[in-house]
Amino acid sequence: MNDRYSRQTLFQPIGEKGQEKISSKHVLIIGAGALGTGAAENLVRAGVGKLTIIDRDYVEWSNLQRQQLYTEKDAETRLPKAVAARQRLEQVNSEVIIDAKVIDATPLELEPLLDGVDVIIDATDNFDIRMIINDLSQKHQIPWIYGACVGSYGISYTILPGDTPCLHCLMEQVPLGGLTCDTAGIISPAVQMVTAHQTAEAMKLLVEDWGAVRKKLVSFDLWTNQHSAIGVSSVKKDDCPSCGREASYPFLSYDQQMKTAVLCGRDSVQIRPASKQEWNLTVLAETLAGQEGKVEKNPYLLSFTTGDKRMVFFKDGRALIHGTQDVAEAKTLYHRYTG
Amino acid sequence: MNVKLNGEWHEIPDHLDDVRTLLSHFQLDSRVVMVELNDTILEKSEHGNSQLHEGDQIELVQFVGGG
Repeated sequence: MNDRYSRQTLFQPIGEKGQEKISSKHVLIIGAGALGTGAAENLVRAGVGKLTIIDRDYVEWSNLQRQQLYTEKDAETRLPKAVAARQRLEQVNSEVIIDAKVIDATPLELEPLLDGVDVIIDATDNFDIRMIINDLSQKHQIPWIYGACVGSYGISYTILPGDTPCLHCLMEQVPLGGLTCDTAGIISPAVQMVTAHQTAEAMKLLVEDWGAVRKKLVSFDLWTNQHSAIGVSSVKKDDCPSCGREASYPFLSYDQQMKTAVLCGRDSVQIRPASKQEWNLTVLAETLAGQEGKVEKNPYLLSFTTGDKRMVFFKDGRALIHGTQDVAEAKTLYHRYTG
Repeated sequence: MNVKLNGEWHEIPDHLDDVRTLLSHFQLDSRVVMVELNDTILEKSEHGNSQLHEGDQIELVQFVGGG
């Protein structure tokens, strides 16, 4: 026995008892990008019993500025993020059981992973997956911690099934198109601030210090020096389809999920978003204008060419990703530019 | 008129007289934003008829996707 956790157990709200609880708990982190690597490193250093981390993507050079577990070698070899993360995390703390999976976060893939999970940390980059996490959390009564960031801005909220409003209550609609780290950029301190909020909340849940859990929706902008924390308990809806009295978990049903189809012989993947919404092509054109690539638009569709890929967004909400037959790669590209 | 926006006082044009026009002024109308006006959270359907007054305290929290 070494004194690895001595400074953490000296912290009175955790103590030896809290440390024992932490070491008996299981956290699932969905996404191994900026937020996921940050939360994973924090929790593994803190001595969580088991960590499951999943991601569908591989390490690229543009990740290294903020995704703290990865090295140049990982980018050179295009190592899957989950694999590279596991390798580093095992070096950081060999006492923690690390389960890393290279998978796409669909309800079918996620549900079997939830057995024995105490807390879910959202480290995803889009709302399609978040709404699925939200429904799974309610269905299985597992708390989850929303976190997101773009530019110098970040936001986080802790969702406790049966207590707080859920993400579906908070967001009356799932946004189609929005700022992303690939369109508006991101600075690492914004990531770390969100990670700090998420990890602190996770630690409170792991040691079962329910009274310390932050009940407010917190947001900040580190560049414009703004900070906000608002109480949102009033928006919990009794008839919410995800957390209400007669919850039906709509985002777990096939109809409500993003649909993808590989178009045979065209080296293309079609993406149909989960909710029926039209693209605002003018706003999308403005968002993409700052990107490396070429934007062309007519009244019916917008085409964005970058490298050897071309993405075509139809007004009716569909998108075609040309230059790949890999659904996971197409989804990654889609979310990179549209949120 | 002067309003307190996310903790800081701002002078905003007088024609921004309700929450909906305030959001479009800040180009947030196509985003998902939670609005708290004088300690009360507004439903989106209330944005158009929530009048703004001198001294109002407004918190705007935008839901973003990145991570």
